[in-house]
Amino acid sequence: MKILVTAKRVTDPDSKIQLKPDRSGINLDNVDFKMNPFCEIAVEEALRLIDAAGDGETIAVAVGDSDATKEIRTAMAMGCDRGILVEADETQLDSDAVARVLAAICAKEKPDLVLLGKQAIDGDSNQVGQLLAEYLGWPQATFAYKISLNGTSGATVQREVDGGVETVSLTFPAVITTDLRLNEPRYASLPGIMKAKKKPLEETTAADLGVDLALKVESVGFEPPPARQAGVKVKTVDELIEKLAGEAKVI
Amino acid sequence: MASSKILVLAEQQAGKLTRASLNAVSAARQLAQIVGGGFDIAVAGQGLDAVAAALSTYGAGAVVQLEHETLAGYTAQAYAQAFAAAAKASGAQFIVAAATSIGKDMTPRVAARLGAGMASDVTALVAHGGGVAYKRPMWAGNVLGAVKINTAVQVFTVRPTEFPVAEASGGASAVEKSAAAVDAGSLRMKYIGLEKVESSRPELTDASVVVAGGRGLKEAANFKLVEGLADLFGGAVGASRAVVDAGWVPNDWQVGQTGKVVAPKLYIAVGISGAIQHLAGMKGSKTIVAINKDGEAPIFQVADYGLVADLFAVVPELTQKLAARKG
Ligand SMILES: Cc1cc2nc3c(=O)[nH]c(=O)nc-3n(C[C@H](O)[C@H](O)[C@H](O)COP(=O)(O)OP(=O)(O)OC[C@H]3O[C@@H](n4cnc5c(N)ncnc54)[C@H](O)[C@@H]3O)c2cc1C
Ligand SMILES: Nc1ncnc2c1ncn2[C@@H]1O[C@H](COP(=O)(O)O)[C@@H](O)[C@H]1O
Repeated sequence: MKILVTAKRVTDPDSKIQLKPDRSGINLDNVDFKMNPFCEIAVEEALRLIDAAGDGETIAVAVGDSDATKEIRTAMAMGCDRGILVEADETQLDSDAVARVLAAICAKEKPDLVLLGKQAIDGDSNQVGQLLAEYLGWPQATFAYKISLNGTSGATVQREVDGGVETVSLTFPAVITTDLRLNEPRYASLPGIMKAKKKPLEETTAADLGVDLALKVESVGFEPPPARQAGVKVKTVDELIEKLAGEAKVI
Repeated sequence: MASSKILVLAEQQAGKLTRASLNAVSAARQLAQIVGGGFDIAVAGQGLDAVAAALSTYGAGAVVQLEHETLAGYTAQAYAQAFAAAAKASGAQFIVAAATSIGKDMTPRVAARLGAGMASDVTALVAHGGGVAYKRPMWAGNVLGAVKINTAVQVFTVRPTEFPVAEASGGASAVEKSAAAVDAGSLRMKYIGLEKVESSRPELTDASVVVAGGRGLKEAANFKLVEGLADLFGGAVGASRAVVDAGWVPNDWQVGQTGKVVAPKLYIAVGISGAIQHLAGMKGSKTIVAINKDGEAPIFQVADYGLVADLFAVVPELTQKLAARKG
């Protein structure tokens, strides 16, 4: 079985994100970067599925500038067999462009399964997996909570949806996006990190893949979110009830 | 014939209209104020006469009722085909759906089929250069971005809490019932079933009061403190990711960047620290109460009323006193 998995580089969820004073974008001073948490879950799941299947290959892919090789190396240190970096200016990408780049890679690599995160925690778009599946004409299971292989021909996936857990079955090739509770990603071991340095990492571009990066969705500006004022501290339960009844009028 | 500029993709489950669809209808009405024209509504599934009739009272030019045996259970592949074909046939320039789990799952596929750009989880629509720009939270709500879509057809999903539930406007739209254009042979996924979280409480996203618990509750059994308080209000129960991860409560209860976004009249956070990812899901609430023993917890930065105390002492007291008030 062959699995393609994404390793997008994002701002660390624990870093404080603020707009630049001129509002032209995010202030990246003192911001760390790491692999998108949902991609870490995707990588972990890919490795587990290959284990379950007995044999196969996992390929980690990122679209972005050359710094993104770090996240690909991390994925390989976790256990992926090889990597592909599609070099592109990250500020000039939308979900659709990423999906079309990934579709071009799938046309070449012919994986049985593509595993992605449900969302990138920077843009919070939640689109790439679904777009990719449609461009390929493949079935999809987003927000995966549990994946069980049906031999090598497909999978039964439990999905986190409004109101509960939904089950779907897919025939491969297919696209699955991960939700938080699918697994607990492993850390890269030291030997894993050493090995990853020698694993093949192919660099290519959208142009090489024949993908036009013209933006369908374009940023026209940023603003800070509406501020919420901290209120008051109350000392007792009685005071809280009084405020809720008298001032806020919610009880 | 449906031919309005805007098409709302409505959602139903087992023949019942999903309420968030009415938030999408409000977004369509707001968009019509900006770009002119009116809107149609499409709904897909099987056995939808009642849903279509209900949808016909919201002032749409037409309600397009798409039926097909492959739509009996929801799958992204079949629904995207049905909706994209209807959108093409109507010639709509703007396609809007609610950012529910189904909306998030299916709408990008509709966009791909239409060659359209898409904006997700939009919280506001603004006039921009003769057209429209879509505002949407990014980076867990730390930043509000505005985007424009460069394609002839524009697709977007809206965050339900940011648009009111549309009121029926009287009158009856024409209902156009037709066989949905689904290529059954192309479908390689099958809906197996939905394991529902059974609850007598209101939906988290619809409730006017939400009481949410976090790791401060120490163990699963203590969550009944939160549930007891919620039930007093006829409210819903929410949770931080920490306790959902710990398996104390269902996934469906998670509030935040990667869970549900809620905006009730009253949100009570019990033993929740207030990480940015949690705030992203609740800071639009009207009144926020925080109960936490750490006076420095970030949750107090968004709370209207903060009670710095041991939850095991004050939650039972609060519950008991509120119950006594109600008599
Ligand atoms: C990619 C990503 C996505 C995420 N998405 C979400 C999301 O959608 N929603 C979400 O909630 N989180 C999310 N998180 C997790 C988030 O960062 C926090 O880890 C989480 O919200 C913390 O949960 P908590 O407040 O329950 O636990 P903690 O941070 O451990 O806080 C527990 C609080 O309880 C208080 N406490 C302890 N004992 C008592 C007592 N006896 N009485 C009163 N107070 C007490 C403590 O003072 C503390 O403030 C995400 C994280 C990542 C990386
Ligand atoms: N530049 C990228 N490189 C690799 N994978 C990506 C990239 N952008 C998005 N993805 C994948 O697509 C998922 C959804 O992203 P998005 O639609 O942008 O929220 C992410 O969780 C990643 O798995």
